[in-house]
Amino acid sequence: MDAPMPDPSLYCVKAILILDNDANRLIAKYYDDTYPTAKEQKAFEKNLFSKTHRANAEIIMLEGLTCIYRSNVDLFFYVIGSQSENELILASVLNCLYDAVNTMLRKNVEKRALLDNMDAVFLAVDEICDNGIIMESDASAVVNRVSFRSDDLPLGEQTVASVLQSAKEQIKWSLLK
Amino acid sequence: MMKRDKKEEEEGGANPFYNLEKSSVLQEARTFNETPINTRKCCHILTKILYLINQGEHIGTMEATETFFAMTKLFQSKDLTLRRMVYLCIKEMAYIAEDVIIVTSCLTKDMTGREDQFRAPAIRALCRITDTTMLQSIERYMKQAIVDKVHSVSSAALTSSLHLAKTSPDVVKRWVNEAQEAVNSDNIMVQHHALGLLYHIRKNDKLAVTKLVNKYTRHSLKSPYAYCLLIRIACKLLEEDNAGPMFEFIESCLRHKSEMVIYEAAHAIVNMKNTTAKELAPAVSVLQLFCSSPKPTLRFAAVRTLNKVAMKHPAAVTACNLDLENLITDVNRSIATLAITTLLKTGSESSVDRLMKQISSFMSEISDEFKIVVVQAIRSLCLKFPRKHSIMMTFLSSMLRDEGGFEYKRAIVDTIIGILEENSEAKEAGLAHLCEFIEDCEHTVLATRILHLLGKEGPRTPQPAKYIRFIYNRVILEDAPVRAAAVSALAKFGAHCDELLPSIMVLLQRVQLDMDDEVRDRATFYLNILAQHQKALNSAFILNSLQVSIVGLERALHHYTMEPTETPFDLKSVPLATQPLQELSKPIMEASSGPKSTEKAAASRQDVYAEQLASVPELANLGPLFKSSSLPVELTESETEYMVRCIKHTFPHHLVFQFDCTNTLNDQVLENVTVQMENTDDFEVIRSVPAASLVYEKPGTTYTLVRLPEDPTQVTTTFTCTLKFIVKDCDPNTGEADEEGYEDEYVLEDLEVTVSDHVQKVVKPNFAASWEEVGASNELEDTYALASMKSIDEAVKSIIQFMGLQACERSDKVPDDKSSHTLYLAGVFRGGHDVLVRAKLAFSEGVTMQITVRSTDAYASEVLASAVG
Repeated sequence: MDAPMPDPSLYCVKAILILDNDANRLIAKYYDDTYPTAKEQKAFEKNLFSKTHRANAEIIMLEGLTCIYRSNVDLFFYVIGSQSENELILASVLNCLYDAVNTMLRKNVEKRALLDNMDAVFLAVDEICDNGIIMESDASAVVNRVSFRSDDLPLGEQTVASVLQSAKEQIKWSLLK
Repeated sequence: MMKRDKKEEEEGGANPFYNLEKSSVLQEARTFNETPINTRKCCHILTKILYLINQGEHIGTMEATETFFAMTKLFQSKDLTLRRMVYLCIKEMAYIAEDVIIVTSCLTKDMTGREDQFRAPAIRALCRITDTTMLQSIERYMKQAIVDKVHSVSSAALTSSLHLAKTSPDVVKRWVNEAQEAVNSDNIMVQHHALGLLYHIRKNDKLAVTKLVNKYTRHSLKSPYAYCLLIRIACKLLEEDNAGPMFEFIESCLRHKSEMVIYEAAHAIVNMKNTTAKELAPAVSVLQLFCSSPKPTLRFAAVRTLNKVAMKHPAAVTACNLDLENLITDVNRSIATLAITTLLKTGSESSVDRLMKQISSFMSEISDEFKIVVVQAIRSLCLKFPRKHSIMMTFLSSMLRDEGGFEYKRAIVDTIIGILEENSEAKEAGLAHLCEFIEDCEHTVLATRILHLLGKEGPRTPQPAKYIRFIYNRVILEDAPVRAAAVSALAKFGAHCDELLPSIMVLLQRVQLDMDDEVRDRATFYLNILAQHQKALNSAFILNSLQVSIVGLERALHHYTMEPTETPFDLKSVPLATQPLQELSKPIMEASSGPKSTEKAAASRQDVYAEQLASVPELANLGPLFKSSSLPVELTESETEYMVRCIKHTFPHHLVFQFDCTNTLNDQVLENVTVQMENTDDFEVIRSVPAASLVYEKPGTTYTLVRLPEDPTQVTTTFTCTLKFIVKDCDPNTGEADEEGYEDEYVLEDLEVTVSDHVQKVVKPNFAASWEEVGASNELEDTYALASMKSIDEAVKSIIQFMGLQACERSDKVPDDKSSHTLYLAGVFRGGHDVLVRAKLAFSEGVTMQITVRSTDAYASEVLASAVG
């Protein structure tokens, strides 16, 4: 089950995925043609999710690929590489992605917060990996480069109106639930 | 109902991108044209577009181009996030929309501008849309960017260069000096990217790569990523030729402070081809430390690599057994499985039972891929501890009953068959499990395979009758291919066991009413043969199958129908199926998919030769090709001026020697090349077919045709050979040859013709039946003392090699500590005569051999009987 060592190269990430807890894709970037069509990608994601959503095991070999994953509340983060890839390098990418998202969502890593900041997450993924090459492994550098909008500053610096707005939102949601 | 509505509402409310319509989003893109630009709104629309593309939504070229052009308006805004989103969209749309190069000037401006936040992403977007011709105009900026002091800019330029190198390698090559400078950066990512680019530019120049590695192994790098890359490059160099310092470097990386680098180095050492146990030891000990790491990824990586070590050097891993034991109960099932299979490979016989119990507790939780790993581990375990076969068999059969895909089931069936072939004690239990499996098997391929095996092995068990029910059930219940296989299996029982014959006849009569033609035909055929009650017929048509090569048969039949003649078709004119080398039974039977391709190649090799020879007019009309020697004989030392290898082709009355010659001198052209052979021992050289010219490093072929002696017992001889040719000097660079040449010759080593050149290997699945079939009419018997042999095993090997016959009934495997052994050999002699040899060997200070030869031809018996002497 082991492939021969590939040529040394910078290309080492095959895909980065963020799925929700119904296996729906929120963000999916495939960097090579392991799964060329959207249909094959979705099938792979379903399979991957079914194998990983229960066991909190962090790593799995699937369809000849090494998949490193991490989940929080209703979000699943995956980094996929070839099976001969150094697992720790892939893990460092995943950690960087997770930490960056964690910082940007102010430790509120869940689907709703992610969707509200979709643009920032898109930019972060782009900063972490460029066509399969790892661009940055330091989460704080990534967050810096994504350069956040002013209204995403910490609570103290927000205007009174926006604080009220978000409070209203939260009350509304707690009533609905 | 209410609840679902609420859930849907919630879903829609929570996800602003839920149910996005492509057309409406693209409509919204018109907002981009408004002035002043509404930053927030535009940003949101861009996010929506990205989201759609990300979901795999297809956007047409027209729509994309329109949106793309609208998007260019957004360059007027100075907002950081918006601009960054625009870059991202440009990259996503680069391959969908047309005329994307119109943003080149905007991006070039951003790339060289003062805003650092823009520069890196602008470079990446620009390189995505640019092509080779446009690249020339931004080359200057790229060079500057590579050595820029802002890390992100430098990284972006380096990685983009690497992407560009796919389409414009020549331009990127010119940036090597800048890349070299960037390796010295103090940022870890820049260093990594620069090293990657540098290697990519130089990777075809081995000397430069060696220098590169030497330089950076001494001057220590800062980035762990760059270290990993350097280890891989060093490994690749090591693979090509052994260079001491490279290995030392990799070993020194085992003491690096980053786990990533330590693991990469250990992984590299384990994966090297010829590592000794001593070289492995330090790598194994760091992996052992990783086994107790709190990080699952690290434990997984370590145990996966240890598992690999255990395949080749199980002894090296035994030191880690205690750590692996702790991993058996790991929450990550992948880690636990790997730990157990590793332990199975390294552990002692006493621990097997416990490990098997442990693993069966969670077999249902692991993926098929890992189940196959487990099956393979069990297989190698059975070879190691034959006494444990009963527990393994029970385990395998319970796995067979579980759910699983075809690959998984096939791996199990392969393993069971492998075990029962190796171990006669396991045979009955194994057959019983397989019988049970075909009762409920949805894979036709596996069912037919098992039925064939039952037909072969079943009749020779103590109670053959008990298999009949299983086989006949298949005839009633399955689809046509399985039914046909079952009928063949039944016939074999009938042919082998007299007491079962009447009942088999009754069953076959019933099958004659089958719906399928093939099944019915088979039943009728077997019924008629069995009704004759003749051992010879049974053996030839039921127990031992057709021995011709299928491709050859097809060609011969086609040929026969093209040219109608009075004479009936002669099966003896069809080339025999060449026996693929029996490497399969070697202890390492890891991959079940591996041997297949080689088998196919071996089977068709002779057909390839037959076609090649038929295309040479001088060699026509020799009759069908009987045999081609499997391995070419080297007639020159390696690395001399000329290399000559010979393949012997045997025809009914002739031999053709095919000489493959290679000229290794680049300043010479050889013309009219022949191999001259002297007549010896009544072997008469008829003619040679020269190779017209031999150019440097381009192999050419010359043939020599020899007539065999009239006396059929005269089969062996030795030829002296000389290579004759005309030499012409030529220019090594242009390959143009001089007009004038001179004759020259080159003495080759002697070429032997042996008995094995006249014999083709053939497998007789049922040797005893064939032995009776051939009969005692041409039997010869003799006794030899083989004083030089040190063991029976050695004697068996050399007899097989000498006679060129196929060992049957696995009699080539000599059990240990036995002082006597019987070897069964079968083959076909030139002219299509069956030859069978039974050699009884006894060992006491040298091997004594009593050999009995039977053949359908008296001369063939004589030749074979005298072969050993």
